[in-house]
Amino acid sequence: MNKYQPVIGLEVHVELNTKSKMFCRCSADYFGKEPNTHTCPVCLGLPGALPYINQQAIDDCIKIGLALNCQIAEKSLFERKNYFYPDLPKGYQISQYRWPLCTNGKLMIDDGKIIRINRVHQEEDTGKLTHTKDGTLIDFNRSGVPLVEIVTEPDFTNVEEVREYAKKLQQLFRYLDVSNADMERGDMRLEANVSVKRQAAEGPLLRHEASEPRQRRGESELPNYRVELKNINSFRFMVAAIEHEIKRQITEIEAGKKLTQETRGWNEDKKCTYLQRSKEEAHDYRYFPEPDLPELILNPKKIQQIKSSLPELPWDKAKRYQNEFGIKKADAKILSESKEVAEFFEEAVEHGKKHQVAPQDIANYIVNQKPDITSVLPTQAVEEIKGKKVGVIEDLKELEKLAKKSMEENQKALEDYKKGKTEAIQVLIGGVMKISSGKADSRKVKEVLEKLLKSK
Amino acid sequence: MKLTKDKVRLGQDKVKHVAKLANLPLSSEEEEKYPEQLSKILEYVEQLNKVDTSNVEPTFNVSGQSNVVRVDKVGECLNQEEALSNAPKKENARLQTPERSDGGQGFFVTKGVFAE
Ligand SMILES: [Zn+2]
Repeated sequence: MNKYQPVIGLEVHVELNTKSKMFCRCSADYFGKEPNTHTCPVCLGLPGALPYINQQAIDDCIKIGLALNCQIAEKSLFERKNYFYPDLPKGYQISQYRWPLCTNGKLMIDDGKIIRINRVHQEEDTGKLTHTKDGTLIDFNRSGVPLVEIVTEPDFTNVEEVREYAKKLQQLFRYLDVSNADMERGDMRLEANVSVKRQAAEGPLLRHEASEPRQRRGESELPNYRVELKNINSFRFMVAAIEHEIKRQITEIEAGKKLTQETRGWNEDKKCTYLQRSKEEAHDYRYFPEPDLPELILNPKKIQQIKSSLPELPWDKAKRYQNEFGIKKADAKILSESKEVAEFFEEAVEHGKKHQVAPQDIANYIVNQKPDITSVLPTQAVEEIKGKKVGVIEDLKELEKLAKKSMEENQKALEDYKKGKTEAIQVLIGGVMKISSGKADSRKVKEVLEKLLKSK
Repeated sequence: MKLTKDKVRLGQDKVKHVAKLANLPLSSEEEEKYPEQLSKILEYVEQLNKVDTSNVEPTFNVSGQSNVVRVDKVGECLNQEEALSNAPKKENARLQTPERSDGGQGFFVTKGVFAE
């Protein structure tokens, strides 16, 4: 198997959390709403309706581009991507092709490898289809919701890198507050292009390879086909699909078969990919500039403003925690995973300075004890760590009383726990911390709670 | 005109392909007739290539405007009844279209989503 190297590129679609849609004033908050209650002539594609660009969506797209080290275009245009599908009432999607907002970015993953970003562009989402035995039902609430597409170069060589990159993007969207990036709700969707190539660095050289410098060979040779994995709506399935696809392609090549351009989906029951269609070539979409939308001219001053408004990004935070506070690398990563935890940590560090509590102690506390940061205050955490400070409740009888009270007050968590959702214990711990005004020793609280829950 | 004739001539394959992209069903007579007719149209348009445009910037929009944008504010939209009023068929407050036309691979037939 090592004779072959996977070549993977990723397309990520993320739905922005703007208030209104991309080209009309309908509410973009469509999830779980009554069907076809968020529509207007624009997003229904009725004749004569004209699109009107949402400034916030453009700003958000630029934010993502800047955070991914992209160049922002001086001039950007929308184009029509033409195809027929009932979720697309106009017969085309307004997207970007030749003049995307952002190009040439990069994102570094943990082992230091750079993933090159080809483009970050703005487009609109489609309606939602439900297939029944009598036909297809359409809800246009989602039609026209702003969508940003982020396309990488084929730089991934294994599925781990894909996983990490996608997680990093999700983190980024949440840090930038441009999307909830919830995969299950479809806020964030992945498509992968997968092919495999013969590992150039190993084995005897092919004749035409022998004359080329070794390190250049691997780079220049991309396979002459690629398989698109599409319409796979869960991250776990996408990972499984990529893994299966790599194996399938290697088997085919070994058997002397020629692989071709095609789109495949994932069959979760059979745990295999299956052919959806052979690829329509890019020009089949007959892209042309959207005549109803004037061009966007992007003022460098405005771009600079957006740039300076960006929050500190998770990977920059992780680096700073290591450099500034001497936090271990693995811990720094966990602490910067979400904005909320990072803020909790930073506030605790600030408070800790006054109480001689070292940042690494706070890091240990957060990483190991996983306090419920919605109910414990950073100051309380510091006090607990410093601990053993007067007033900390360590007495088991006392803690048991508090634990019982928390269980009474949090019936739902209790039931969840009984149903096997062990993480519901965090809610109960949080309850104890609240009742005790943060004075309970949370590690002991957990032990006491676990004992009580088991005896039930 | 003679010059470009061979270049623009459309074969039947191409015509069928374009028809598929445009979601148009063609009869066999039309498949016979259209390559010739469409080629003539293309030849006619081909005259434009005689104009020297090497010093002309492409124009994509004739309004001369740029940056026409709006603030992100929710406005009024259609109610459900209005939204569905053009649909010849509906179910569960959703518009209904016919089943897939090609056995589940690729494009749908969209005819009939809205009343003609
Ligand atoms: Zn609308």
